[in-house]
Amino acid sequence: MQLRLDFSVVLERWPLFLQGAITTAELALIATFAGFALGVLCAIGRRGASRPIAALCGAYVEAIRNTPLLVQLLLVYFGLSSLGFQLPAFGVAAATLAINVGAYTAEIMRAGFDSIPPGQVEAGECLGLTRAQLYWHILLRPAMEKVWPALTSQFVLLMLASAVTSQISAEELTAAANYVQSDTYRAFESYILVAACYLLLALLMRAGFWALGLALFPRRRRLGTPL
Amino acid sequence: MVSQLGLPHLQFLATGAMWTIALSLLALLGGGILGFALALCRVSPAQPVRLLSGLWVQLIQGTPLLVLMFLAYFGFPALGWRLSAFSAAGGALILYCSAYLAEIWRGCIEAVPRPQWEAAEGLALSRIQRMRHVVLPQAIRIAAPPTVGFMVQIVKNTSLASVVGFVELMRAGQIVNNSIFEPFAIYAIIAMAYFCLCWPLSLWSRRLEARHGGAARLAAAP
Repeated sequence: MQLRLDFSVVLERWPLFLQGAITTAELALIATFAGFALGVLCAIGRRGASRPIAALCGAYVEAIRNTPLLVQLLLVYFGLSSLGFQLPAFGVAAATLAINVGAYTAEIMRAGFDSIPPGQVEAGECLGLTRAQLYWHILLRPAMEKVWPALTSQFVLLMLASAVTSQISAEELTAAANYVQSDTYRAFESYILVAACYLLLALLMRAGFWALGLALFPRRRRLGTPL
Repeated sequence: MVSQLGLPHLQFLATGAMWTIALSLLALLGGGILGFALALCRVSPAQPVRLLSGLWVQLIQGTPLLVLMFLAYFGFPALGWRLSAFSAAGGALILYCSAYLAEIWRGCIEAVPRPQWEAAEGLALSRIQRMRHVVLPQAIRIAAPPTVGFMVQIVKNTSLASVVGFVELMRAGQIVNNSIFEPFAIYAIIAMAYFCLCWPLSLWSRRLEARHGGAARLAAAP
């Protein structure tokens, strides 16, 4: 059989891909911010004095990190709907992605908090800072600076993993490709194109995080090197 | 007819779990061999080899595994090669794992202290001898914890094979769910099964890291 590629019919449907890419970007953005907040709180909870809270945060991290995202999605989407909650696919997708990445962020941020020299925390305590002030003024930003590359990779992985949400009918990029390939019978071209879209999104995200890192961490801007 | 969750269902799930393990081992083995070759290419003295292998790794790492699977399962038949669900899922997983393992192992090879390379060179060892006798034995020790950690990712990612219709644990769960329609119970069982597969690996990785972590940190220091 002769190999013939024809991208024109697939490219004609570019608005679908664009719409899908926007939805993917929205999912990634929401999940990144919500997941980061969740992860930081969880990392703080694990370091806290309260044993039950630390155990709870630990259980959350282990449960999420040791089960596939697809199972979590189906459990939330079909499980909740069988209990009588009707939720929109996009909402479930965003929430599940945030819960998922929150666990990974918690582990990364824990490593970041652990890397801060204890002397700095003790100095803060001597100044009479409360725990909230300690985290806000002393721990959070240097810890983020240390683990910024790991956070970047994790959030890019999250964006790529959001492809799975097409399975619960969230209309993101992969769902757009599924639709186009069933419409045009051009499966290979559709998926190549969508792979290229993901590559581009990943590159954009990396560039965005690099710029954000420069804005957030003046030391990196001045010295040009990580901590 | 809607029946109750019973022993036959659990047996079906157990068979699915076997296939999940088989697929994971295949991905680890195939991805390991390919990834090892890629890792060596990434530290090759020839710049074109380094660049090309780097580009390949970036391409795979910038694409979701799900899209790779769709490409193998739906894309290739459109070009005239028909792949079974198992070979499409297995092939996509091998490619995916090779890219990530290559990056992990490249880091481990580069973490072997520079003086070790220079000393081997000073002893007039050839490049192959240097790798075989000096660098790789040390790199393997550094590589053990992250590699075991990545095995968790492999097991979890085999769940995506369900999407192209290969009956592993996840797909088995969906099939059982279609017959008895108790999504909450079924998916909770599936999640637990994955947890039981992954948790020991996570613990093992952490123990390896605790044992070798000191050595690895020492080696990574400039």
